[in-house]
Amino acid sequence: MKSLVIIEHKNGVLHRMSREAISGAQKIGGDITALVIGENAESISSELSNFKIEKTIIVNHELVPYYNVDGYKEIIKQVVNTISPDIIITGHTYQARDFMPRISAALDIPFIPDIVELEDSIYIKQVLNSKLNASISSSSDRVLISFQSASFSEEDVIKGSSSSESFDVDLDSSSIKSKSDDPFQESASEVDLESAELIVSVGRGIEKEENKSIAFELAEVIGAEVSASRPVVDAGWLPSSRQVGSSGSTVSPKLYLSLGVSGAIQHVVGMKGSKNILAINKDSDAPIFEIADYAVVGDLLEIVPKLIATLKDS
Amino acid sequence: MKIAVLVKQVVGSESSLDISPDNKWIDESNATFVMNPPDSYAIEEAMNIKEKIGEGEVVIVSMGADSVQKVIREALSKGADRGIHVQTDGTAFIDPLNTAKNIVSALDGENFDLILSGLQSDDTGMGQTGVLVGELLNMSTATLAIETDIDSEHIRVKRELESGWFQWVRLESPASISIQSGINQPRYPSLKGIMGAKKKEIKVVPLSFHETKQQVEKISIPQKSKETEIINTDIDSSVKRIVEILKSEVKVF
Ligand SMILES: Cc1cc2nc3c(=O)[nH]c(=O)nc-3n(C[C@H](O)[C@H](O)[C@H](O)COP(=O)(O)OP(=O)(O)OC[C@H]3O[C@@H](n4cnc5c(N)ncnc54)[C@H](O)[C@@H]3O)c2cc1C
Repeated sequence: MKSLVIIEHKNGVLHRMSREAISGAQKIGGDITALVIGENAESISSELSNFKIEKTIIVNHELVPYYNVDGYKEIIKQVVNTISPDIIITGHTYQARDFMPRISAALDIPFIPDIVELEDSIYIKQVLNSKLNASISSSSDRVLISFQSASFSEEDVIKGSSSSESFDVDLDSSSIKSKSDDPFQESASEVDLESAELIVSVGRGIEKEENKSIAFELAEVIGAEVSASRPVVDAGWLPSSRQVGSSGSTVSPKLYLSLGVSGAIQHVVGMKGSKNILAINKDSDAPIFEIADYAVVGDLLEIVPKLIATLKDS
Repeated sequence: MKIAVLVKQVVGSESSLDISPDNKWIDESNATFVMNPPDSYAIEEAMNIKEKIGEGEVVIVSMGADSVQKVIREALSKGADRGIHVQTDGTAFIDPLNTAKNIVSALDGENFDLILSGLQSDDTGMGQTGVLVGELLNMSTATLAIETDIDSEHIRVKRELESGWFQWVRLESPASISIQSGINQPRYPSLKGIMGAKKKEIKVVPLSFHETKQQVEKISIPQKSKETEIINTDIDSSVKRIVEILKSEVKVF
């Protein structure tokens, strides 16, 4: 078994889900090659050299200094044709959603995305609004797969040492059909949720903008950051840099304490890797309780003020 | 501008989901079907682009059993011009490459300037058909567009990245673009639109491509992997227990 893990990185930092992808590849077993593309590839590859993988391939071409869907397609196609992996693996990130289907169509290899589990060439993904699981097999001798966030743990990556080598690609500027401007943020980021140890998260169950003060107060007492679900951000109660979920941040704190969050899949993919989940919700059937370690059924507007007072007293 | 919108009919979020006797999908005879919600944003965006440019055609393309003509009509009643139905015998799961190849062959001779699709389908969530079609037709592609700036001269889309980041991308024409849900407010069909839709053409095209590379082996109910402690008592006891958890189990202090 030979696998190729396509690494994602931004500003010289390895994407957490790429570490999870390596962890998943190690579970599958066999020879693992990592592929890093772009002008920061060297520094990323030095981090990868501490992992138990076969090697890292570096592609640093002037036409693709940073992510570009056309450039990635061409480069990955050439790497795949040279090293002939059985499985091509990524994290199920927004970037992977963008380029993996291009490779699938260009090389006529099936792409099975957003996998939560696998066993002997059977890939399990959630279907029908995450209410059921589908076990999918492929009749192709090569597959593209992507792992849902937190399906494998970055802490389980087996350490070791590996080498890197650069790989020459043959690229023509005419193959780059899309041109990207620099990425930007709509509002200046006021928090770094991804490295927060403790998070208090606010959902629509907070009911009114004024009530967010109780979340901030609780956060202050226990030393946590405050995050939010998308509707809270869309309502303008909190800035988008505080949003957790598929279109926000992905977090894995020691404690994720949610207040009035229902637990929609788009929210859950962003926080289910948390070590401890304590959810307060007045609906005993709220889906968030499915993944919670502690399910507190009740009105947050009554519980949280009392909790703050009790914590302050002790 | 000639715009195709790829639309799927899916099992509705309120539908009953009984696993079928062969364990390979759900029993569709008890299910209710709707237009895939993310696709309604792609239809609206196509209508907006056509209206802004002031000329052109919006063509709805849907693959599936005969029942998909219902979602094509729904889109036509919102103002789309005509439909193409790529007809299957109703097999629930069709692998995305197979779907894309059949759509490409159904679009033969059409030469669309733009193909729009929804972010992903609510049933299988494969999230790739629009891009596959784009690549097979040698188009440029972009995904997760949260704003478009498109006229006869240029195609620009604002892509949503992760963690609140965005990026504008310029694409060469023709282009296939997947639309992020929430980009616009999908319109409702007017009565006049509903009447008018009855007269619009839906071309039925048979499947031309049958090889499949992905199969569903089994459908199952997800196993809960965690032990959950349920705390459902009076407020004072709940608060006491939460304090205990924070202090002695999670050790936040
Ligand atoms: C393409 C796409 C991307 C998305 N991306 C994201 C994303 O990144 N992040 C995200 O969060 N969502 C995202 N969503 C939205 C997601 O589908 C849900 O709509 C959203 O997560 C729901 O937010 P919520 O839980 O705060 O609100 P609701 O679903 O309205 O839930 C509110 C909850 O609060 C409880 N409640 C109400 N009052 C009280 C009270 N007094 N005490 C205790 N509990 C109470 C209710 O029982 C309910 O469970 C996305 C959706 C789409 C289509």
